[in-house]
Amino acid sequence: MKARKKKVNFKRFIPAYIMLLPGLAYFVINNYIPMYGITIAFRKLDFKKGILRSPFCGFDNFKFLFASGNMGPIIRNTVLYNLVFLALGAIVPVAFAILFNEIRAKRVKKLYQTVVLLPYLMSMVIVSSLVYNFLSADMGFINKSILEPLTGQTVSFYQEKKFWPFILTFVHEWKGLGFSMVLYLSTLLSISDDFYEAAKIDGATRLQQIRYIMLPFLRPTIIMMLILGISKIFNSDFGLFYQVPKNSGVLYPVTQTIDVYVYNALMNQNNIMMSSAASVAQAAIGFTLVIVSNLIIKKISPDDSIF
Amino acid sequence: MTGVRSRQEKTIAAIGHIIMILAAALAIAPFWLLVSSSIQEESSIIRDGYSFLPKEVSFSAYQYLLGEWKQIGRAYFVTIFTTVIGTTLSLFLVSMTSYVLSIRDLPGRTFIFIAILLTMLINGGQVSMYITYTRIVDVRNTIFALLVPNLLLNGFNVMLVRNYVTNSIPRELQEAASIDGAGLFHIYIRIILPLSKPILATVGLLTALGYWNDWINGLYFVSDSKWYSIQLMLNQINSNASFLASHSDQLGQMANQIDIPTVAVRMAISVLVIIPIVLAYPFFQKYFTGGMMVGAVKG
Repeated sequence: MKARKKKVNFKRFIPAYIMLLPGLAYFVINNYIPMYGITIAFRKLDFKKGILRSPFCGFDNFKFLFASGNMGPIIRNTVLYNLVFLALGAIVPVAFAILFNEIRAKRVKKLYQTVVLLPYLMSMVIVSSLVYNFLSADMGFINKSILEPLTGQTVSFYQEKKFWPFILTFVHEWKGLGFSMVLYLSTLLSISDDFYEAAKIDGATRLQQIRYIMLPFLRPTIIMMLILGISKIFNSDFGLFYQVPKNSGVLYPVTQTIDVYVYNALMNQNNIMMSSAASVAQAAIGFTLVIVSNLIIKKISPDDSIF
Repeated sequence: MTGVRSRQEKTIAAIGHIIMILAAALAIAPFWLLVSSSIQEESSIIRDGYSFLPKEVSFSAYQYLLGEWKQIGRAYFVTIFTTVIGTTLSLFLVSMTSYVLSIRDLPGRTFIFIAILLTMLINGGQVSMYITYTRIVDVRNTIFALLVPNLLLNGFNVMLVRNYVTNSIPRELQEAASIDGAGLFHIYIRIILPLSKPILATVGLLTALGYWNDWINGLYFVSDSKWYSIQLMLNQINSNASFLASHSDQLGQMANQIDIPTVAVRMAISVLVIIPIVLAYPFFQKYFTGGMMVGAVKG
């Protein structure tokens, strides 16, 4: 009886499965076949047999990658930039959101929000152009209109390593601040007025309300953004680190991240094995970090965990 | 908020205004510099650098772009085409998949849904992606290179739309239609699509922005300038100053003699890329912010 019922069901659902096909086909091609491609990192490239049929060689590619010695600075850059972005991300946009929330003029507020969100909508190609207008050695605004008239000297920014950690951090904040601010703002807007009213009756000042009402409400969002950030600590915004320094080789020691390395190794040096090993190591560590950081949060504060 | 505001509240609000004015100025300044440089006389840029208030105004960069319209226009068209077609296709796929996965007693739906969600957690990395789209399905130098990889559909959007369909569209409507003899596809077209407009607007706008701004797919899969989107062309001009001269369509041999206002042209193209976003964005802002919010909260 049960079996017959099931059979009927399947027939009824044939159109449903047909409707599912195109979407599923896409996920298979775009996501699942590339997962099989992970095996490339464990193969010894043999062009006669083709990339996906080359013989396995265990962890040789990884050994070679990490023994070659240039991964050190690349990993360091990736992690350090992420740590700085994370720290700033937990402070700057939160402060902005709280201050923004205190402004009462509705129209002005909307205008501010529209304007600070604008950079978020730009592609990194555009951002790179915008940055170049300021930093170019012979035509940049900073050199031509500020440094030259004041000091008589110019700086070749695209040749000088020492500025780039600051430049990239600034550009990252410039592009993302509006978005993160709006994100925290939505949490602030969800706080019921009753809390503030009650606090007022108890004689709390506005600063105390920020400290004892807003910050506790923001905490879960801040923690969640931190977990997400930590889980992506070996990933980097390829556009930021590739486009903005204009892929300048001189700057690599302070600008090259894993994603830029993977791109250069694959597309410019045609080194499929090394780039594949780097990208698989990155994906594997990233996945582990998501799971681990979520477990830790679950232990400390069960309500804040993601799954 | 009600009642009289305390002095402290006013002070904090004033600080808020100051900080936001500074932030807004910082956000706008680079765009201003860009636009003013695009209408600055080429020789003046080379002499005085990019300037917020150009001393010598000239529209020669834009005139040059008009002359090169075949090349620029094509790239612009490629961008518009991929944005429109890509977004439409994407919305169609995401809504249809999400709807089917919301059918309550569909055998295997949980398994399929989890398989789709897993793609948000695990990925094969950029290299496997590249190998897949070059060795297994070769998309290089076709329009598919700009349409298909990564941008078309993702687990997150399916999750978002499916949740909306499950929670916000009354099941009774679907059941009633079903009793009246409507098939699944009919229900999808007549009931699900019209009723999920709000979530599709949000997802669609973010998808469209993704297509408009994409240059990474082009970087990996397009080498033929025929398929350059406007972003990709700008990328080429940024990294290779002689790109314009070598790709000029104003009669090969003359191209070198014509004075190309290279610097200002770069600015003018950037302006062309930005303008549609800046114009459209205020109207769609609520969908944008709404979408970014859900995107960040659970992404």
